[in-house]
Amino acid sequence: MIPYLGGRLVVLAVTLFAAAAVVFLVLDVLPGDPAALILGVNARPDTLAALHHAMGLDRPAAWRFLAWLGGMLAGDFGDSFTYHVPIAGLIADRVGVSLPLALLAIALSTAIAIPTGVFAAAKRGKPADTLTMAAAQIGVAVPNFWLGLLLILVFSVKLAWLPASGFPGWAGGIWPGLRALLLPALALALPQAAILARVTRSAMLETMGEDYMRTALAKGVSRRAALWRHAVPNALIPVVTILGLQFSFLLAGTIIIENVFTLPGLGRLVFQAIAGRDLIVVQDLVVLLAGSVIVVNFLVDIAYVLIDPRLRAQGGR
Amino acid sequence: MTGWARLGLGIAGIVFACAGPALAQAKDTLTLGMVLEPPGLDPTAGAAAAIREVVYANVFEGLTRIDGEGHVVPGLAASWTMSPDGKTYRFALRPHVTFHDGTQFDCAIVKFSFDRARAPDSTNAQKEIFEPIAAIDCPEPETAVITLKRPDADFLYGLGWGDAVMVAPQTAAQNQTTPIGTGPFRFTRWVKGDRVELARYAGYWGQAARLSAVTFKFIADPAAAAAALLAGDIDAFGNFPAPEILPQLRADSRFAVVIGATEGKTLLALNNARKPFDDIRVRRALAYAIDRRALVTATMSGAARIIGSHYTPNDPGFIDLAATYPYDPARAKALLAEAGIAPGTRFTLALPPPPYARRGGEVIAAMLQEVGLNVDLVPMEWATWLDQVFKRSDFDMTIIAHTEPRDLAIYARDHYYFNYHNAAFQSLFARYRETTDPAAGIDLLRQMQRQLATDEPNVFLYVLPKIGVWNAHLHGLWSNDPIPANDVTGVYWGN
Repeated sequence: MIPYLGGRLVVLAVTLFAAAAVVFLVLDVLPGDPAALILGVNARPDTLAALHHAMGLDRPAAWRFLAWLGGMLAGDFGDSFTYHVPIAGLIADRVGVSLPLALLAIALSTAIAIPTGVFAAAKRGKPADTLTMAAAQIGVAVPNFWLGLLLILVFSVKLAWLPASGFPGWAGGIWPGLRALLLPALALALPQAAILARVTRSAMLETMGEDYMRTALAKGVSRRAALWRHAVPNALIPVVTILGLQFSFLLAGTIIIENVFTLPGLGRLVFQAIAGRDLIVVQDLVVLLAGSVIVVNFLVDIAYVLIDPRLRAQGGR
Repeated sequence: MTGWARLGLGIAGIVFACAGPALAQAKDTLTLGMVLEPPGLDPTAGAAAAIREVVYANVFEGLTRIDGEGHVVPGLAASWTMSPDGKTYRFALRPHVTFHDGTQFDCAIVKFSFDRARAPDSTNAQKEIFEPIAAIDCPEPETAVITLKRPDADFLYGLGWGDAVMVAPQTAAQNQTTPIGTGPFRFTRWVKGDRVELARYAGYWGQAARLSAVTFKFIADPAAAAAALLAGDIDAFGNFPAPEILPQLRADSRFAVVIGATEGKTLLALNNARKPFDDIRVRRALAYAIDRRALVTATMSGAARIIGSHYTPNDPGFIDLAATYPYDPARAKALLAEAGIAPGTRFTLALPPPPYARRGGEVIAAMLQEVGLNVDLVPMEWATWLDQVFKRSDFDMTIIAHTEPRDLAIYARDHYYFNYHNAAFQSLFARYRETTDPAAGIDLLRQMQRQLATDEPNVFLYVLPKIGVWNAHLHGLWSNDPIPANDVTGVYWGN
């Protein structure tokens, strides 16, 4: 396990460095001057030069790259051009929205998808299966922003149960925060659940055809017990793989949902920072997101070991 | 979506009819929606309209201020006199004015603020305003004397801009994150990505604000903005981003829909230095080819005023030149043929992100197709537009709203992205700038408008509307935007 972890850490470091170098280069060649964006169309050249100097943009690119990397290694993520505050605090605030949102969405989607997938597999070919899979097909096709708007119209505008947008923060207690995240989490979870349910169903069908299932049934184990005891655990590996992919997607890919619900999360920060050429914020976020994808993949690998006794045996050797 | 929204509206309307009035009477706070979050909160360190839409008049004040009708009125200067040669202004400053941290306002603050704005390392986006200043003197704490190098007809107007507000030496550097001004509201909190909160300042020198607190909430998505308004999360939008649902809002007695004008002169800007746009026949042909009434109907739900020069009806000396080039595709074709432009010639049209450009671009491309021109639409982000079109002047045509008020000066510049050069216009502008006689000034403003309509360096389209939507019980918001602002100092809830 230790050499395995060590290898993973090296991969992590190399990947992060590569991500940092690539994003810095891309932003450097991308047209658009952050100072020009701040000062607008009436700015005089000397004013632009003064702002370039104040922002450190008059220094060579190599110097800026090394200063940024050095700062990050020392724990200094730099200051935002837009908000004029340290980026570490900015990101920490946003993680406080995006991470609970992603976790809630994953929890909801898993809670909906796995029982649905198992149910559909158990009823294979019957009307219940056809109906469930038709619903899942619709779920896959529905874009999450449209679903988000629909949920707002029903639960906020019509029923007035939940807020239409915004996030009150966690300072006022768990419940107000959770209330604000419920609709966006649902909008994110349903399309994901549809995909996950289909994966669960096909994985289940595959395991249900295995010899050990026939053996279990021949031994006189009830169909239901055989399903939960033997088929479900064996079907979990592809399901966990998809879950891992979905989590990375959720963490970074909530841009649209965060815009629809006006949530101050990471996705919106990335979007605003790119449009506003808040260069260091973009750089920091890319490195952070790349790092989190790697960490999630690592956790998925550990989950395989926990689920699959064969891998456990190899790891212990 | 429309069906759902109508259903929602109906039900919400019933709920409101039962519970609304009792709530409305007690209310003295306001939640105002904005599309863009400001990049910092210091109007002296950035050009973004969003900064002014939060802090102008509410948190920061200048010597003069611009009111809702675009007039220059006294601000922190109670009155002023101008010397006959137009070069010396003597301001009588208001007494008992304090900043939100208790700092006393006096002439030393005026001197500090303007010296900071015109210093070599200044990052003021409108440094031009301060360029004529030769010296600032303080004969006594409540008098400021400003001497100019040359007369400047727009000086008092410029001092009313957000870029010229008063800032205190101890707090100026922190105004980006914690703005401290002299206005009737003080800054309390900025939840980044979500909202800015202001509260009434008890020590305000003038009429106290009637609202006890104001929240500016940032909602970028038009559909989300509409939902937040319908759900009652937002009381008002000074500039509502979804014109397509206006008919629905107009039919709803909960809301007041107020269409006014901004200073946004929307143009089909042409690169006058590039062939064939250096040929006046081609520029006029484009003007004849565009049906501006249809364009406004398609992109702004009909709610916008057509213009024929780079000037809006809010401004002094406005003359209506909208009929200079009526829609006449046959004439456009004839002019193009005369200029030797073969049918099927291709041009690019650069489109920045706002809907007026993206939607307008498609409509204009179709209209130009009618007269035989092919247009390639090139959507761009702001940063790219500023770099490629504005800075490097590398474009054929672009659609852009110039939102700076009274900015005829850009046509007199030696270097500006659309490359218009006319000595006659430059001399008109130079004479206007130095005139101290108001009547002569108005006459020159009219001549400049006519000169631009004749030369048609850009195709002048329409004034960007200000689409205000707010709770019908809310009073005192501006109907027009003579400068970018959400002045809530006089806002109150009625019955």
